[in-house]
Amino acid sequence: MKQKDFSGRRVLGVTALGAALALVLAGCSAGGAEQTASEPFTGEYAGPEVELSYWNGFTGGDGPFMETMVAEFNAEHDNIKVVSNTMQWIDFYQRLPAAVTAGEGPDVGVMHLDQLATNAARNVIVPIDDLTEELGLTSDDFTKDVWDAGVYKDARYGIPLDVHSLAMYYNTEHFAAAGITEAPTDAASLQDALVKLQAAGYETPFWMPTRWPSHLMNLSVLWQNGGEPYGDDGATFDSAAGVEALEWQRSLVDDGYSPSDVAIDSQYVAFKNGETSITWDGIWQINDLVESGLAYAVAPIPTIGETDAVWANSHNFFLPRQSNADQNKVNASKVFIAWMSEQSAEWAGSGMIPARQSVRDGGALKGLPQEAIAGTIDSMRFLPPIPGIGQVQAETLEIAVADGVQGTTTPSEALKKAADSATQLMDDNKASFGG
Amino acid sequence: MSTKVGERALPPGRARRPSASEPESQKKRGVRAGTRQQGIATPWLFLTPYLLLFGSFVILPAVLGVWISFHSWDYTLPNKPFVGLDNYVALFSPGSTVFGPFWGSMRATGIFTVLSVPLLLIVPLAVALLMSKKFPGRDFLRAIYFAPYVLGVAVISVLWRYLLDNNIGLVNHYLGLLGLPDDTAWTTTTPAAWVALVGVTVWWTLGFNAVIYLAGLQDIPTELYEAARVDGAGPWMQFLHVTIPGLKPILSFITIITLLASANMFGQSYLMTQGGPGRETRTAIYQIADTGLRNFQMGSAAAMSYVLTVFLMAISAFVFYIFREKQPRKLKKEARS
Repeated sequence: MKQKDFSGRRVLGVTALGAALALVLAGCSAGGAEQTASEPFTGEYAGPEVELSYWNGFTGGDGPFMETMVAEFNAEHDNIKVVSNTMQWIDFYQRLPAAVTAGEGPDVGVMHLDQLATNAARNVIVPIDDLTEELGLTSDDFTKDVWDAGVYKDARYGIPLDVHSLAMYYNTEHFAAAGITEAPTDAASLQDALVKLQAAGYETPFWMPTRWPSHLMNLSVLWQNGGEPYGDDGATFDSAAGVEALEWQRSLVDDGYSPSDVAIDSQYVAFKNGETSITWDGIWQINDLVESGLAYAVAPIPTIGETDAVWANSHNFFLPRQSNADQNKVNASKVFIAWMSEQSAEWAGSGMIPARQSVRDGGALKGLPQEAIAGTIDSMRFLPPIPGIGQVQAETLEIAVADGVQGTTTPSEALKKAADSATQLMDDNKASFGG
Repeated sequence: MSTKVGERALPPGRARRPSASEPESQKKRGVRAGTRQQGIATPWLFLTPYLLLFGSFVILPAVLGVWISFHSWDYTLPNKPFVGLDNYVALFSPGSTVFGPFWGSMRATGIFTVLSVPLLLIVPLAVALLMSKKFPGRDFLRAIYFAPYVLGVAVISVLWRYLLDNNIGLVNHYLGLLGLPDDTAWTTTTPAAWVALVGVTVWWTLGFNAVIYLAGLQDIPTELYEAARVDGAGPWMQFLHVTIPGLKPILSFITIITLLASANMFGQSYLMTQGGPGRETRTAIYQIADTGLRNFQMGSAAAMSYVLTVFLMAISAFVFYIFREKQPRKLKKEARS
């Protein structure tokens, strides 16, 4: 987290300088003459009719909202036709580099914030600083963390569409039966709620997953404990903050609030079936729960540690590198991104929180379930923009958390071993990505 | 077995390999005046379509793979530096980041193969013996046994992942109703996960082996059984001295393809256990796919593939040796006695 060392003002300065530099230097970077996004963006597209291929991974309850927005965009723009190609995120991140390398990439796309640095380092996506200037987008309209995380090597690669964090879902019928009137907000009130739920006959009120999203719960509590998962010299998730977080996760199993060895996804299925009372999951599950007809409510995750913090991620628009760029398509893609960013109020219907403060202030979230979560936007924490971090985390932290929750290894031992390995992998990445 | 056995692995049958007959035809050319003269190119022309496919989809990738394994090969990065044997050295150096995961995955592959191959040799044989008897509803039962094999690995894995879930699954629910332990974590703890993976794989693929056994059983002449009966052999003796020797050629084929398919297991652990608990059920192919396709470390993944290949070739050679060696020795013994 390099930007953590700077004050906000300096980060802005660095970003602006970086933007100017990027305009000048873009041609000299790895992409060479292939770079296209450095051409000044005019803000409008008046050229001949173009068809844009638009890749995204909105396969869940968010998909229909994106389709509607794309259809509206197409209706408003006579000379631009956006054709979206939706696939599972896991396939998306495998296919995009392959397609771009083969010169068959899309014209525009959406990816997660924590993947931007990786794909920038792989030269899959190109800087879009001119677009933010033209749109007049600055960090003022975004949360600092989400805005800064889209910068890699002083150039901006993503325009945030939304933010989405973990949240606490709870079964309101169970809570009423147990006589709990308010959602737990800290360790003590959570403990109190668990005791009451057990007393009311809900034997295992809070299932602790071993796999996804267990490591996100771990990261959230680690941040709450004042820790950082990754530093300049490698992984630090084995710090006391991280160990305490994992020990807390394991204690829920040891204390009998969760069954042991919870398999992937089954905590969520159990929650939907009313077998467990509390679960932590992403806010993108809201529409799925609404559809299921379950009596549920959503609240920010309780603060188990000292400070409010919660893991979050963000969907970002990007422009892929093109082997032979059609400037018309590039400009049309920018028009598309600008339009989507401005219309992001509608995107709130998907369960996400629009990234732009102005859109949120415009009442986009009024009456929506995630309104309560949007209030915690300043405590949302994002993974730092380190290339390759996603894969490193999948190979190390995720497995260590699983081992710790299952109790096959002690939390400190599991995290220590994983962090050593993660640091080694990060060094390897530094070497192959050139720092 | 995530990779189903396709046509290329079907029994070679009695067809002679075309290339083997080539020198023969040349020799005969001068002798037999009746046969039409043919050019040297003729057999090669017939072979061209096959050789083209074999060359471009087997030989070329195999050679390119060796080349890749000598590089730090990330296809998205502009430079792919030559690293010599570093990728291989890393696989054999205990301190490296790939050593633990790779040998752990080889161990997982080994465990799965050792557990599944014997079952996949014996259970389908029993099924085939049963299905070769004449009884009402036989064809229907044959279809039932073969049916799971028709399903894809994704279908059977997701199906069983939910059925076997330790907390919300049906299997534990029914075990509980029967008064048996109902808290086995089938997909999240070992050794239960191995039981689940092997069990599901046997259920899924036994139909294929059973069909080959059935074909083999039908090839054994009924006269041999009659002769054995006349000599006073009971069902067990008939099985031992007529059925088993009669199945021998097919047995070696089934053993090899089952071994290779088990060693290539990927889908079941990827979808049912996510390689868990920890990395324990992450197989070699899983690790290779993860390294090469998700982490883009093609060089390291290629090196892993070749280490696995060497293992599989050694095991296959061993199996061939066992099945080849026994027959002549027996003949000698019989000749001597």
